[in-house]
Amino acid sequence: MAELSATPPKIEERPSALREFWYYFSENRGAVFGLWVFAAFVFCAAFAPLLAPYDPTEQFRTHILQPPAWQEGGSWAFPLGTDPLGRDMLSRLIMGSRYSFFVGIVVVCVAVTGGVIVGLLSGFAPKWVDTLIMRVMDIILSFPSLLLALVLVAILGPSLTNAMIAIAIVFQPHYVRLTRASVLSERQKDYVTSARVAGAGKARLMFKTVLPNCLAPIIVQAALSFSTAILDAAALGFLGMGAQPPTPEWGTMLAEAREFILRAWWVVTFPGLAILVTVLAINLMGDGLRDALDPKLKRS
Amino acid sequence: MTAPIVQASALARFYTVKGGLLSKPATVKALSGVDFDLQPGKTLAIVGESGCGKSTLARVVTMIEEPTSGSLTIDGVDITPSKWAQMRETVQIVFQDPYGSLNPRQRIGQILQEPLIINRRDMSAADREARAREMINLVGLRPEHYDRYPHMFSGGQRQRIAIARALMLNPKVLVLDEPVSALDVSIQSQILNLLVELQERLNLAYLFISHDLSVVKHFADDVIVMYLGRAVERAPKELLFATPRHPYSKALLSTTPRADPEARKERIKLEGELPSPMNIPKGCAFAQRCWLATDECRAAPPELSGTTHQVACLHPLG
Repeated sequence: MAELSATPPKIEERPSALREFWYYFSENRGAVFGLWVFAAFVFCAAFAPLLAPYDPTEQFRTHILQPPAWQEGGSWAFPLGTDPLGRDMLSRLIMGSRYSFFVGIVVVCVAVTGGVIVGLLSGFAPKWVDTLIMRVMDIILSFPSLLLALVLVAILGPSLTNAMIAIAIVFQPHYVRLTRASVLSERQKDYVTSARVAGAGKARLMFKTVLPNCLAPIIVQAALSFSTAILDAAALGFLGMGAQPPTPEWGTMLAEAREFILRAWWVVTFPGLAILVTVLAINLMGDGLRDALDPKLKRS
Repeated sequence: MTAPIVQASALARFYTVKGGLLSKPATVKALSGVDFDLQPGKTLAIVGESGCGKSTLARVVTMIEEPTSGSLTIDGVDITPSKWAQMRETVQIVFQDPYGSLNPRQRIGQILQEPLIINRRDMSAADREARAREMINLVGLRPEHYDRYPHMFSGGQRQRIAIARALMLNPKVLVLDEPVSALDVSIQSQILNLLVELQERLNLAYLFISHDLSVVKHFADDVIVMYLGRAVERAPKELLFATPRHPYSKALLSTTPRADPEARKERIKLEGELPSPMNIPKGCAFAQRCWLATDECRAAPPELSGTTHQVACLHPLG
């Protein structure tokens, strides 16, 4: 210590924000594991046409319901077997990752953007506006989410795009409530008052002073609802209200195969596993993200 | 005598609180008519127990809240909410709790630059940074602290940062809302010394809110003792500490711990509680707890009277 204090004071170069983020993120093993799995899925989704051995809609009539390669009757031509129409499971799963990520990203972006803005406004608005917004959100929340999504899709017409819109609307109130709750508690604090004393306007207070301090729970919620969005899209697909056959969407694949659950386990298991692993990886990553983004959890 | 930088007359702030469904809304008189002058380069201390309106006064003077009535003149400008924006640079505040008053998401450099970004739009980024680094130096922090987050600092260091932020706009008045009451005693003296040094160097006027009389004794030039939203005594520090004239001031002074074991200790113990600010007694607010109170006291509230040593009491001591 004595040596340290003897050296003349110099201005330390601070590590770049990205490196700092990685340092804290990498301390959480689960999160890093989640990130790698997530990266693998992103890779699959990005290069799906190159990775998939066959066209996902191509039907091999001579290989209907062929089991995976390691089982009796399987062959390495179709490593994960084929479905009731003789389409290659592996190709369909790889192509399906595209739809799932597309759904997750679009739904989360739309729901977060809308929810955060409405929540911030509600937290800063006069009381009657706040009450009005919150009651509308309560009404949306009072419906079972899948049921509401189903009704919305029924109105808009069944397709993947409409399913995404419906899910985003259903998710919105969670973000509004979460943002508003954080805003109300942060607003009380002295640093907000001192920003006001420094002359900060409403917009600056909302987006620069208060919003960054409310982000931690929102990021976790976003990561969690990324996976919920995939699940809900799968559920809507399963009920025939999401992506339409022959789209290789994971939920739709589950729905098509449910009558074969006892005869050909692989047709149901692999899409289900794909959903499970993706959702789990994203949840793990979300946890690590929160830890890394919250400066209160950092050490000096 | 120079012109006062802050002048308040009959400053009052009431809050309306909604009762239950059936009860009618009540008015909390947090601050009911306070007058004071603050001279440039001087320190005016406001003392009193919790709930006497000290912090409300600080918030009104800092233009966070609008006074319900009365007038406030800062630097010759009569303050109305429309003038708030232009007067921000003149009055700044240091809060009591250094753990809540710094934005946990901003680095120290950003925290210090924020007032400049808002108020000096034409200032270049390099100038702002230079000014922030200079201020870090002025309040006794080290250059490497510029890039750190608030949670990496101790309470005393955070309070230094809060003082630095308040000084970024070169204010003439600094409102100190119990700036040392959240700190250790050893750190308190460091911060107080820093404040004294800054006052001499920058000719700042301090409005020092405190409940700690031993701190006030070292720090203030003039003292106002408040009780339930009103000033009960106002005097230069020496006079007040030597000969308190209001019974409440006397009781307050008698509770200050002293380091001299030989000194005879006559602690005045007050009976009863502070009356509710929703239901202020008609006469002198202190009459219920005062050992000198007469029926006259309970009839009408006494006004501050006197010249240098003012007291609001019908039966002043000494």
